[in-house]
Amino acid sequence: MSTPNSPLWEVFVRPSRGTNHVHVGSIHAADATLALQNARDLYTRRGEGVSIWVVRSSDVTASSPEEKDSFFEPSADKPYRHPTFYTIPDGVEHL
Amino acid sequence: MDTDQQQVAFDALIASDGRVEPRDWMPEGYRKTLIRQIAQHAHSEIIGMQPEGNWITRAPSLRRKAILLAKVQDEAGHGLYLYSAAETLGMSREEMLDLLHAGRQRYSSIFNYPTPTWADVAAIGWLVDGAAITNQVPLTRCSYGPYARAMIRICKEESFHQRQGFESQLQLSNGTPEQHAMAQDAIDRWWWPSLMMFGPPDDDSPNSAQSTAWGIKRFSNDELRQRFVDICVPQAQTLGLTLPDPDLCWNAERGHYDYGVIDWTEFQQVLKGNGPCNRQRIATRRQAHSDGAWVREAAAAYAAKKQAAGATVPVAA
Amino acid sequence: MTSPVSEQPGAAPANADVAAYAIRLGDDALILSHRLSEWTAHAPQIEEDLALANIALDLLGQARTLLAYGGAFSGRSEDDLAYLREERQFTNLQLTEIENGDFAVTMIRQLLFSCYQHELYRDLESSTDAQLAAIAAKAVKEVSYHVEHASTWVLRLGDGTELSHDRTQAALDAVWPYSHELFVDDELVRRMADSGVGPLPSVLRPAWLGAVQDVLTEATLVLPDDDWQPSGGRNGLHTEGFGYLLAEMQHLHRSHPGAQW
Repeated sequence: MSTPNSPLWEVFVRPSRGTNHVHVGSIHAADATLALQNARDLYTRRGEGVSIWVVRSSDVTASSPEEKDSFFEPSADKPYRHPTFYTIPDGVEHL
Repeated sequence: MDTDQQQVAFDALIASDGRVEPRDWMPEGYRKTLIRQIAQHAHSEIIGMQPEGNWITRAPSLRRKAILLAKVQDEAGHGLYLYSAAETLGMSREEMLDLLHAGRQRYSSIFNYPTPTWADVAAIGWLVDGAAITNQVPLTRCSYGPYARAMIRICKEESFHQRQGFESQLQLSNGTPEQHAMAQDAIDRWWWPSLMMFGPPDDDSPNSAQSTAWGIKRFSNDELRQRFVDICVPQAQTLGLTLPDPDLCWNAERGHYDYGVIDWTEFQQVLKGNGPCNRQRIATRRQAHSDGAWVREAAAAYAAKKQAAGATVPVAA
Repeated sequence: MTSPVSEQPGAAPANADVAAYAIRLGDDALILSHRLSEWTAHAPQIEEDLALANIALDLLGQARTLLAYGGAFSGRSEDDLAYLREERQFTNLQLTEIENGDFAVTMIRQLLFSCYQHELYRDLESSTDAQLAAIAAKAVKEVSYHVEHASTWVLRLGDGTELSHDRTQAALDAVWPYSHELFVDDELVRRMADSGVGPLPSVLRPAWLGAVQDVLTEATLVLPDDDWQPSGGRNGLHTEGFGYLLAEMQHLHRSHPGAQW
């Protein structure tokens, strides 16, 4: 009694208005409508969300852990992108 | 990077108490251990729906019925969180279910005991969920990210399970003499199996050392068992119920309660499939799965038809 | 699990009619919730264990507020009504008590009932009875989701495989006769309509039929003939399986008279 695979979907929930959708896990469903309903019943039973996205897991393109250095390290040595890099004399306001 | 370098990087990550994520390189043993453990955990949630689900239609008040239904529903949800975590390691849920149905992946032996009375529902909430939480809280710091995150969610949701069990047990204990007797009988039957939930004693638990080294396991079986006993003794006093162990007593020197000898023969028997309900639990699960095959096939066929017809889906916004 | 509406102080129906009317609607929700909860651990996929339990919980919540409200008139609690009445005293529609059958029967029953409940509660939102209006306003949101869930499945089962189509058509043929009772007007509902408490059920049928027909047609299912029209639930006459449902539901509560749980 082998079971046919139903597609896997990644689920993103917006916890409240004004916040981002956040990845919460995955769900199985034959199609997008069922995926949304299943995600609603599984991930928002306690009122955890006001909006849900579902994305076919196979449609997600992810950066590879091996590329971690080339992808993310170059941005680690550019402190001038952060406001704390700059010294402002005391008493200057609205900066 | 070659395998040696990858192993070095992995070891360094574990040593620094970092988190391993799905696409990271990991030793095959680590992957296999996690799949086995998470799948067993997921199966336990799914099979665990049966002994309590047994009482939903007979719950003695509408309030208790709503609580029980919500709790058993949570177990289905927790099973799904855990299957989702296990799938990130490369085994599909379908495969895990097939292995469960074929008896090639396990679930917790505790669910092979029957629930003949309503008080069993309370005892499961108080003792079985209590033991499960004791086991699970350290897993929220497990080295594998998706498992740890699933456990955080589960522990947060499960805190109500144990509390409702305790409340229900207290109500029974303080109720009529028949209710009190029912509660005591349930404790008599569930206490020892609950202690077995922590697994074999440390000197007979061959895989524990490796799991601990990998940051999957944070405390030994006996440490967690002791923690659970220490928590339960004063709770039983509040409940006015007696834990069925004449050797249970405070050891001031150790700062812990001493407890009697666990019957590991019984544990091994249930593990081998000879518990009171092993066969019924799997049969019920297989039946539900095979009865539902035509429904799952219908959903797949409908999706294929719509996709062929170029159906559009709403755009995310 | 609290029922905030019923906990408002002083919430008792104005007269015996309103009480009986609230109990009818409460019985519908209670009994269908019971049937749905029987699916727990037996659903076609784990996602449906969750979904059916959700719907059962929504209905149980509605039942509790409606029974608590209806019972307040005669000093009976929700549990007195659920556990201590005999079969002849239950006034639920037969549609809510028929056995689950396969998943197709359960989903067809849900579609027919939830579409009816949706029309009913939308109307009750403007009831002259403030308590019923409040209960309906909360419940109508739950019921819209029940309609959506049932419609989603009836479409997939009806227009899925040949086997699922045949099973779903057979389910529709078996369940359809019980839908007629939803729209029977009797003396009580006429008095409710006269006093603006609730609608005449017969008035709800055209909108219900439109909604149901849209789903069934898209699901490639054929509407059965309107021949056999069983009824009697509102007068406490039930199908033979109902006594077993009550025996199961009530036995523990009745075995310990007066006990608290």
